[in-house]
Amino acid sequence: MSAEIDVRYTAQLARLNISEAEAAKFQAQLSQILGYVEKLKEVDVSGVEPTAHTSAVHNVFRQDEPRDWFTPEQALANAPRQANQLFVVTKVIE
Amino acid sequence: MDLHTLSVAALQQQLRSGAVSPVEALDALEARISAVDSKIGGYLSHNMTHAREEALRADISKPLGGIPIAIKDVINVTGEPCTAASKILQGYTATYDATVIQKLRAAGAIPFGRLNMDEFAMGSSTENSAYQRTANPWDLSRIPGGSSGGSAAVVAADEAYASLGSDTGGSIRQPAALCGCVGLKPTYGRVSRFGLIAFASSLDQIGPFTKTVEDSALLLNALAGRDPMDSTSIDTPVDNYTRLLGQDLKGIRIGMPKEYFIEGIDPQVDTAVRAAIKQYESLGAEIVEVSLPHTEYAVAVYYIIATAEASANLARFDGVRYGHRADNVQNIVDHYMRSRAEGFGEEVKRRIILGTYVLSSGYYDAYYLRAQKVRTLIRQDFSRAFEKVDALICPTSPEVAFKLGDRSDDPLKMYLADIFTIAANLAGICGISLPCGFANVDGTKLPVGLQLLGKPFEEAKLLQIAHAYEQSTPWHLERPVV
Repeated sequence: MSAEIDVRYTAQLARLNISEAEAAKFQAQLSQILGYVEKLKEVDVSGVEPTAHTSAVHNVFRQDEPRDWFTPEQALANAPRQANQLFVVTKVIE
Repeated sequence: MDLHTLSVAALQQQLRSGAVSPVEALDALEARISAVDSKIGGYLSHNMTHAREEALRADISKPLGGIPIAIKDVINVTGEPCTAASKILQGYTATYDATVIQKLRAAGAIPFGRLNMDEFAMGSSTENSAYQRTANPWDLSRIPGGSSGGSAAVVAADEAYASLGSDTGGSIRQPAALCGCVGLKPTYGRVSRFGLIAFASSLDQIGPFTKTVEDSALLLNALAGRDPMDSTSIDTPVDNYTRLLGQDLKGIRIGMPKEYFIEGIDPQVDTAVRAAIKQYESLGAEIVEVSLPHTEYAVAVYYIIATAEASANLARFDGVRYGHRADNVQNIVDHYMRSRAEGFGEEVKRRIILGTYVLSSGYYDAYYLRAQKVRTLIRQDFSRAFEKVDALICPTSPEVAFKLGDRSDDPLKMYLADIFTIAANLAGICGISLPCGFANVDGTKLPVGLQLLGKPFEEAKLLQIAHAYEQSTPWHLERPVV
């Protein structure tokens, strides 16, 4: 484990702008938190299976049948921009 | 009679005897909210128009008929705001009911109000709300706990008969402890998460805040059950959670995990919890010492797993379908980066970055996978302990409510406030916090919470054990003067 985190780069991966001030503050705080979690290195985890969640269920299936759900008006009710019953997105392909 | 002070069970009796109408019960709350919420700040909003219409046609023969229940701002209620106390969802209006809301309505209850919380349920003091601070009703200069601080404060201040919150690492139990009410985190999968804004999907669970243990059981009766809309909800038969209330504790074995009685606990908390353990002995329960050897790793495991899941869950805030969208963007990446930066608050950003880091190439095995393995060891600790005992007993929080602003600049210290509640979420078991006395801090009485942890899906027994103690002590009868 390494406590070296590149906050600017990681924020970019998360699609999150951060200011110079935030970057400096987060760098110090997250380094401290990552230093704290270093203690997990002490634990012998050889042969231990990981736990993703605690429900005793896997692969829940249902019939693929159409059901009543949102109308277009409901689906668009909270859209910051819309036109012609569609969400307006920022151009993806140049 | 001060209607607003009633428990759910007592209000139900008044409604069924015809002494009080559902509209009067609602009006009493509204008057109380007008009188005290400017001091408490528990409600982000409380539009009573719909609630009053529902009260007019309430069917009091139903299990929770005519009972108003206040809702944390992270659970969708049709036509109401649902912001998770974040600027990124400012102006959002829910277009559907969460399953728990459908279930409350089916039981005759009246969901109303939006309760303050830490933004996206990330915090332990409700100070991370983007909108307002919430005060502890016992001392207005102190925090109510978090993340469901509003849910706890309004019940403690008699501004709600009961409320719903959510618990990812203690967000129901810790504020219940700090505000002196009862908070129940059901077993993971017992209550549907559909319509709950997701923070960490393998840990989140919805549960009730109430004035009494009996009320907690009454609400769980309405909330529990498998939901086809939540594939992690379990079809284990729903119990009658009031079934065992009033039964004595003969033959009940309660474990005292030695790792939960350590240096650093507030001496007054330690004293109150040890007195509660003595009380259990006098009620006929057998107390045995047990060990949960991986306890000291729980906070570290939690802040890797919870932030990893949060970074994925919060990726849906892209400024397209709902939520804040930045103006005058240059391109799609600029659109995402600025919309999210302008919408999310500081703690949410910190956790998204941490969660992204522990999942990123080169670090996944060292952090996330290792944390998932240690999570298995923590689960096994509980399975072993529950072979010997029916429940575990410990403090809910190592301390009483701290002052507003005390921890705001020290995230790690804030994270350690959840040291006793986090393991239950990692293990998926059920837990409850109930009042077990008061600490005296500079002449102010501050509530102390007792935590009981139970086996998966054995909420009925957990509530029985909690109820026996509650009924033999006066703590739940004390109310703050607001």
